[in-house]
This record gives sequence, structure tokens and C-alpha cells, in this order.
Amino acid sequence: MAKLKGAVVVDVERCKGCELCIVTCPQKVLANKAAKVNSKGYHYVYMENPDDCTGCTNCAVVCPDGVLTVYRIKI
Amino acid sequence: MDLKEIIKPENLVYKRTECLTDKTLSYCPGCGHGTVHRLVMETVDELGIQSDVIGVASVGCSVLAYDFMDIDMTQSPHGRATAVATGIKRCWPDKFVFTYQGDGDLAAIGTGETIHACNRGENITIIFINNGIYGMTGGQMAPTTLLGMKSSTTPYGREVELMGNPIKITELVAQLAGTYFVSRQSVHTPGNVRKAKKAIKTAFENQKLKKGLSLVEIVSNCNSGWKMTPVESNKWMEENMFPFYPLGDIKVEGQLVQK
Ligand SMILES: Cc1ncc(C[n+]2csc(CCOP(=O)(O)OP(=O)(O)O)c2C)c(N)n1
Ligand code: SF4
Ligand code: SF4
Ligand code: SF4
Repeated sequence: MAKLKGAVVVDVERCKGCELCIVTCPQKVLANKAAKVNSKGYHYVYMENPDDCTGCTNCAVVCPDGVLTVYRIKI
Repeated sequence: MDLKEIIKPENLVYKRTECLTDKTLSYCPGCGHGTVHRLVMETVDELGIQSDVIGVASVGCSVLAYDFMDIDMTQSPHGRATAVATGIKRCWPDKFVFTYQGDGDLAAIGTGETIHACNRGENITIIFINNGIYGMTGGQMAPTTLLGMKSSTTPYGREVELMGNPIKITELVAQLAGTYFVSRQSVHTPGNVRKAKKAIKTAFENQKLKKGLSLVEIVSNCNSGWKMTPVESNKWMEENMFPFYPLGDIKVEGQLVQK
């Protein structure tokens, strides 16, 4: 069966660290607990478990700030 | 697998619509206003009406909506958005005209304008954000505040004896002959976002039919005003707002589907 692999690109400066995408992701791919912050001081989101992303777009759909761009391929 | 092999233009499945400007939204982290802005602009993008749509921002946190939506847009005095939109639509009947209003704007100071625009059946679209309080001014009670709900002016919770009952303005305008489509949605989960988008798209497409007004209410969070994290506020909204403000279509093609 074909498997879906996804990747999310984060517009770091736009992210406000609200965590809505993190709790929405069914694969627990995203996190924002790194010590790094963007220039506004927000803990921005990154792919903690990139291998688990299926490119379902759920994270991008709930993000109020249009931070996430999603890519997907079938392998 | 290397992410670089996935991140290629041909594999793109979701990106921010170009009908939004590049400006960072002025809303608090996790606020539903941002999601609804995006849905309205995705709708404009998909219908290909960017140069044929005119928006009317209102007073409240979304007062600067014209900075974020890359379309022709104006801003009206508090509560008067539907009156301004009526004027614009009557001058340009073939343009798609919409208002974007909070509950303080639409259901308090603008109740008269709202009800009469709905009753006249103006061929406009109303996007109504109901977060149960006055967000911008510091979380005061609004007509939509739930009984028992705390706000900065009801610190012990809203009491019916002193403050009266919350108003379901959406059900109220659905009763009027001038409304053609009335729906209540939310944007806190991917499924709800997709349903809200469908309702917003219908509300814009309806303008071509010239059969009356379309209103989409979005029950939304005001996590700053409610004094919760964004994630907590969405949970609170599910548990407390949705029982009183149930989601779904209320009037479709001029017929009530919910009483
Ligand atoms: C005529 C007038 N009266 C009062 C105000 C003050 N005011 C600014 S925003 C606001 C409330 C907005 O609340 P709401 O419409 O619920 O929008 P939100 O900020 O929650 O998105 C009020 C009362 C004003 N700007 N103009
Ligand atoms: S939902 Fe958007 S703004 Fe919020 S943490 Fe995720 S990417 Fe950042
Ligand atoms: S695309 Fe889906 S699986 Fe990938 S991070 Fe977003 S929500 Fe998670
Ligand atoms: S005050 Fe409330 S409605 Fe206004 S931007 Fe903040 S969370 Fe949103």
C-alpha cells in the first residue's frame, strides 16, 4: 500500500507559539519546547518527529496565523 | 527520507492564500479571528473575486481587518457595518459585499442595523464572530455572554436578575423573511474549519442569486479575555459555548432547518 510522507515548513517569524497545531496533529509531529524563540519572543513550532508526518494539513488548517506550509508525497 | 525530497513545489498541498497581505496579524496567539480571516480570503481566492469584493470592517479587535485582507475594504463606526454595506451594495449591486463583525458590534450597539439589514434582505454576507465578550476593550460583558460566565464587568458570573439573558441573535435573524442562509460554525478543529469554510463560501456564492442576506456566525475563543491559554479556551468553548450556541445550519435556501 502506498504510504504518505509529509513535511511542514514553518514561517518562524509569523508563529505565535499558541500550540493549537501541536495538539491538533494526529501524529504528534510538532513541538515548541526548544529554548529558541523568534524575534518577538514566541516559542515557535518545529517538526520534532519529522518521520511521522503524513502531510494531512490539519496543523496548517487550524493555525490562526498562516504559519505552516505543507508538502506531501506518495511512496 | 530527506525532507528536501518532499519540500518541492510539485508536492505542495497547503499554503497561506495570497489574498491575505504579508502583515503579521494583530490578534493574540491562538485567536479565532486569524483563522476566520484566512477562510474569508481563501473563499475570495477560490471564487476568483479579489477585484470584485468589498469588505466592511467593524469596531473591535478586527477593526484593522483591512490591513490583513488584500481587497477593497472600508471600516465603519461601531455597529453600523451592515448599514455601510447596504449603501455599498446598492451602489455596486454586482460586487460581493460583506461585513466582518464581533458580537459587541453586531449584537449590542449594532442590533438595530443588523436586524433591519437582515429584514430588508440586503444581498450581502455577514461574518459574525461570537466570542461571548467585548474582546478589544478588555473583556466586558456582551449581550452574548453566557449566564454564569465571568467577564471583567461580571466578575462573579452573569446573573439573569441583574444582567438579563444572553441573546441568540443568529436564531433571531433566521426568523426574518429577508435572510436566505444562516449558519453557525466554529474554527477550533480541522473538521470544524472545513465546515466553516463551506458555509462561508455558500454565503458569498449566494450573493449571485440576489435572494437575500447570508449570515455565518463563528463561535470563537477570546483566550485573552477569558484568561485561559488558547488550548484551554477551545476546550472551554466546546463545553460551555456550544450547548447554548449549537453548531450547524439554521436556515438554508430561505427555509428554516432548525427552530
Ligand atoms: C461608538 C463607540 N462606542 C464604544 C466604543 C468602544 N469599543 C471599542 S471595541 C468595543 C467592543 C468590541 O467588541 P466585539 O464587537 O465583541 O469585538 P471583539 O473585540 O471581541 O472581536 C467597544 C465597546 C467605540 N469604539 N465606539
Ligand atoms: S498554530 Fe500557528 S501560530 Fe500557533 S503554534 Fe502552531 S504554527 Fe505557531
Ligand atoms: S501535516 Fe498532519 S501529520 Fe504533518 S505535522 Fe501537520 S498535522 Fe501533523
Ligand atoms: S482580545 Fe480576544 S478577540 Fe481580541 S485578539 Fe485577543 S483573543 Fe482575539
